[in-house]
Amino acid sequence: MKMAVCIKRVADMETRFRIAADGRSVDQAGLKFDISDFDGYAVEVALQIKEKEGQGDITVLSLGPDIVQEQLRKALSMGADRAVQLKTDQVPFDGLLIARVLADALRDGGYDLILFGRMAIDSSNQTVGPMTAELLDLPCITAASGLDIANGRGTARRELEGAAELLEFPLPAVVTIDEGIARPRLPSLKGIMGAKKKPLEVKPVSLGEPHLTVKSMELPPERTGGRILGEGPAAVPELVRLLQTEAKVL
Amino acid sequence: MANTFAFAETRGGTLRKVALEAVTAARQIADATGGGEVHALLVGAPGVATQAERLGQYGADVVIVVENAALALYSPEVVAATAAERIRTGGYRAAVFSASAQGKDLAPRVAAKLGVSMAGDVTAFAVDGDSVVVKHPVNTGKVIATLALTGAPAVLTLRPGAVQAAEAARTPRVENAAPALDPAAARVVPKELITGNTAKLDLGEAPVIVSGGRGLRAPENFKLLEDLAAAFGNAAVGATRAVTDDGWRPHSDQIGQTGRLVSPDLYIACGISGAIQHLAGMRTSRTIVAVNKDREAPIFKLADYGIVGDVLEVLPALTEAVKRVKR
Ligand SMILES: Cc1cc2nc3c(=O)[nH]c(=O)nc-3n(C[C@H](O)[C@H](O)[C@H](O)COP(=O)(O)OP(=O)(O)OC[C@H]3O[C@@H](n4cnc5c(N)ncnc54)[C@H](O)[C@@H]3O)c2cc1C
Ligand SMILES: Nc1ncnc2c1ncn2[C@@H]1O[C@H](COP(=O)(O)O)[C@@H](O)[C@H]1O
Repeated sequence: MKMAVCIKRVADMETRFRIAADGRSVDQAGLKFDISDFDGYAVEVALQIKEKEGQGDITVLSLGPDIVQEQLRKALSMGADRAVQLKTDQVPFDGLLIARVLADALRDGGYDLILFGRMAIDSSNQTVGPMTAELLDLPCITAASGLDIANGRGTARRELEGAAELLEFPLPAVVTIDEGIARPRLPSLKGIMGAKKKPLEVKPVSLGEPHLTVKSMELPPERTGGRILGEGPAAVPELVRLLQTEAKVL
Repeated sequence: MANTFAFAETRGGTLRKVALEAVTAARQIADATGGGEVHALLVGAPGVATQAERLGQYGADVVIVVENAALALYSPEVVAATAAERIRTGGYRAAVFSASAQGKDLAPRVAAKLGVSMAGDVTAFAVDGDSVVVKHPVNTGKVIATLALTGAPAVLTLRPGAVQAAEAARTPRVENAAPALDPAAARVVPKELITGNTAKLDLGEAPVIVSGGRGLRAPENFKLLEDLAAAFGNAAVGATRAVTDDGWRPHSDQIGQTGRLVSPDLYIACGISGAIQHLAGMRTSRTIVAVNKDREAPIFKLADYGIVGDVLEVLPALTEAVKRVKR
């Protein structure tokens, strides 16, 4: 089975972000970067399908400047076979622009299965996967928390609010991966060494005109927090009093 | 003056609360453009038309009803094709979906069919000349982006609870329409809807959430949280991933980055450390209470009120106190 996985380079979220001087982006200084969480799950899903079938070929793609090669190499060291950088100066916020470039790169690849993360952990847009599927006119399942592929067909589970649904679809298809399917493996030393010899193709691409743009970014108002009322059950009456008189929620 | 489109989400043939929020938001956008009409799309099995009146109550001028025996379950390709066709021919200024599991699946398909950009998980919006300006939390809610959406129509998904459904009663005109794609021709086929305990209040709709983490020590101790929820009467029980991963609670109860995003009036975190992935799902709650035996637990930095102590002792006392208030 021929598979593709689209991965995004994102900042590690375990940090206190600062807004950059332009007022429209996050200050990059001191940030650590990795493959977006759900995209890591998607790579793992592809690896497990390949292992189960005993054969297969996995291409990882990322759109962005040369620095995204770090994340492509990591995916190669996890076990992907080849990588493609869709080279742009910047990663736009408008998911449709990303989807158009990805769709063009994927269209003639002959992929049976194209995987995405449910959402990029930084943009939180959750649009690129299903938009790419539409542009390719492929069946699409979003936010799959369970996936079973056999005999050219798939069954997926999606979590809903207080419920879940099961869907069936034919291959080729696009699936965006929620958590719960697979925990990504860590690259082995052997994998890291092997990754250096795997092909990484760089394709310059141009982006269209955006219609979703960032005007500004700000930090949410600080919560005052930190008001400890006391210890153990003895503090309950004071809590109830404040919930009634101050917070007015009881 | 411009008309606005709203998608009326249903489950099991009944409107979800988020449908009324979408109609309310569409009403606000239409009013902001000088008072156009709100057109709501309602799709389902025969009988779903009975829900049209309720959409009128919240401000829909027109309800487009698509009834088909094969559409009892949400069929992504059929609904996307039907919504896209209506929006294409309707000349709308904006199209509002909910940022629910269904809306987040549907809206990007529709936007791509129309060839327009969209904004996801919107918490506030305003019409500003040719653009619709929206707020959208990014980086697990640690940063708030203000975005300009300049395409026409402006497609957006609205975070559940971001808008309070408000009545704006009228008697809607009902238009019957056929699905734009024959359900038999859809490649993606819905097979089953697995519903949990439907008598339970949904996490997205409950004004109060009592949530438990590993500090509850054992699955049977969640009974203490259920008792507290019952004492409130309008509460739902949530959980951390530590707990859902261990199978103490169903996956659908998980709150956080990879679970539900909630913003109730009151969130009570019990035996929860306050990992950022959990906070990402509840930090916008109006009032946050934390009970944890560790005074240094990060959850206390976010909580409005904290009690240091053993949840197994504090919870019964709190339940009794709430019962007394509610009596
Ligand atoms: C990619 C990714 C996504 C994730 N998504 C989510 C998500 O969506 N939601 C989520 O919740 N987590 C998520 N996590 C996991 C998250 O990082 C934490 O591991 C998890 O939230 C911890 O759950 P907890 O607070 O129940 O457990 P712990 O961190 O183990 O905390 C237990 C707390 O209980 C306290 N305690 C113990 N005993 C008692 C007692 N008797 N009385 C009172 N307090 C007591 C302890 O002091 C401690 O603070 C994610 C992680 C990753 C890597
Ligand atoms: N710059 C990018 N390069 C490759 N894939 C991307 C990029 N941005 C987003 N994606 C993919 O699209 C998914 C959804 O992103 P988003 O719509 O931004 O939430 C991600 O999880 C990735 O799989």
